[in-house]
Amino acid sequence: MGDFGFTVLKERHINYDANDKSIAEYIAEREPSFRICIECGCCSATCTTGNFIRFSLRELQILLKRGENEIVREQIDRCMLCGKCILVCPRGVNTRNVILLAREAFRKSVENEI
Amino acid sequence: MKLEGKKRIWSEYQKEIADDHYFYVRSCIRQSFFPGSEQFFLHFLGDVLGKDIYENPSHTTCTGIGYHSDVVPLSTIMTVIARHYALMKEAGYKHIVISCVTSFGIYTEIFETWKHFPEELEKTREYLYKATGREFDLPESMTHTSDIIYKFRNEIADRAKYRLVNHETGEPLNVVEHIGCHYSKMFPKYGVGGAEFPNVLGGMIEAWGGNVVDYPERRHCCGFGFRQYLVQANRGYSLSNTAKKFSSMKPYKPDLVLTNCPGCTMFMDKWQYTIREMEGTVYGNNGESIPVLTYEELAGLVMGYNPWDLGLQYHMVQAEPLLKKLGIEYDPADKFKTKDGRQMPVPQNLINA
Repeated sequence: MGDFGFTVLKERHINYDANDKSIAEYIAEREPSFRICIECGCCSATCTTGNFIRFSLRELQILLKRGENEIVREQIDRCMLCGKCILVCPRGVNTRNVILLAREAFRKSVENEI
Repeated sequence: MKLEGKKRIWSEYQKEIADDHYFYVRSCIRQSFFPGSEQFFLHFLGDVLGKDIYENPSHTTCTGIGYHSDVVPLSTIMTVIARHYALMKEAGYKHIVISCVTSFGIYTEIFETWKHFPEELEKTREYLYKATGREFDLPESMTHTSDIIYKFRNEIADRAKYRLVNHETGEPLNVVEHIGCHYSKMFPKYGVGGAEFPNVLGGMIEAWGGNVVDYPERRHCCGFGFRQYLVQANRGYSLSNTAKKFSSMKPYKPDLVLTNCPGCTMFMDKWQYTIREMEGTVYGNNGESIPVLTYEELAGLVMGYNPWDLGLQYHMVQAEPLLKKLGIEYDPADKFKTKDGRQMPVPQNLINA
């Protein structure tokens, strides 16, 4: 293939119709407070894990709702389930349950259960 | 449906296009890459329709390429444009016809600047007089060459030897129309149909029997953008735009892309070659790429002109699949011959040849 010194850049368009939202739907069904997150980032600001390695619950919530699941799948196991994010959430989202349900959903998706 | 109301609304999107006595200004890109287009335009208006069209050999580039890449300041480009108006005044013409969409954008931008900032107009008059001793008047009408072909599309249809239908199946050809951004996105009132319903190319395609393809990225930029392609490292931005557009039109199986901007024609043509070389991706049917033509080239084909006289062989993506669909007879041996019959060098790796 020819080298021209430049390439076709990867598309950054978010295709809401084509993306897989099954994980987000699985969580929202079982933990309705998942839907009321306003993505303020208080959870990420207080997160002990996020202070040391790349982990932001705010980012993961957004990605899940967009159906861009791959980064979430990679990072979701980094949470230590300490629960500080629940204490600071201004909307009362049960963030720990969101994490647990996300892990469960990814495990089931591998086993073709959802 | 109340047709009367629709007609009244549509009439507000029309543009006054002069009927005769044109002062013609050429395009830098078109006369280099698609030389048959301007040739056909002048021949069609002058010899076929008998209109009065004049071009002055002292006309220069509008400097639009320099202006958009920040090497020519606004006051300089305004003075260059003023000089063209001065040439027009000296020749006794009032209707300017602009061959290039970039130039058309420049002319409209400067016209509107002078309207809203009359002091800039006075400064430009002064600069031009001091530099050249010339004076100028503003034109009565500003028209792009595609507007003129649009105006006379039915005259072309009356003289048509071929229609835009597949001569084997009888089905209309799927034609993608791509209108240059600087034609009507900046100042909608200067374009046929404005920015919302630009019909300048769609009207031609319908008049000549083709089917206009409507696809999601129809009004997306072709990727030309001076700042995007002038620096090699930035060309990925340009290429990605083109890739996005072609990916979007591919499912509709277009037989042809028709454009009214020299930059769009050049980049949609040549980037298809680049993407094929880079990734092996092609966007046409049966592993072929999609020919990209100017409106004059298509008008010439419809009227039965020899494709090699129209300069189709100078495109990167060759038009042979299209010629076969239209049932146009051509001699492959004449493809790279000069007017007096001498053989020119034949380019290698042409697409669709």
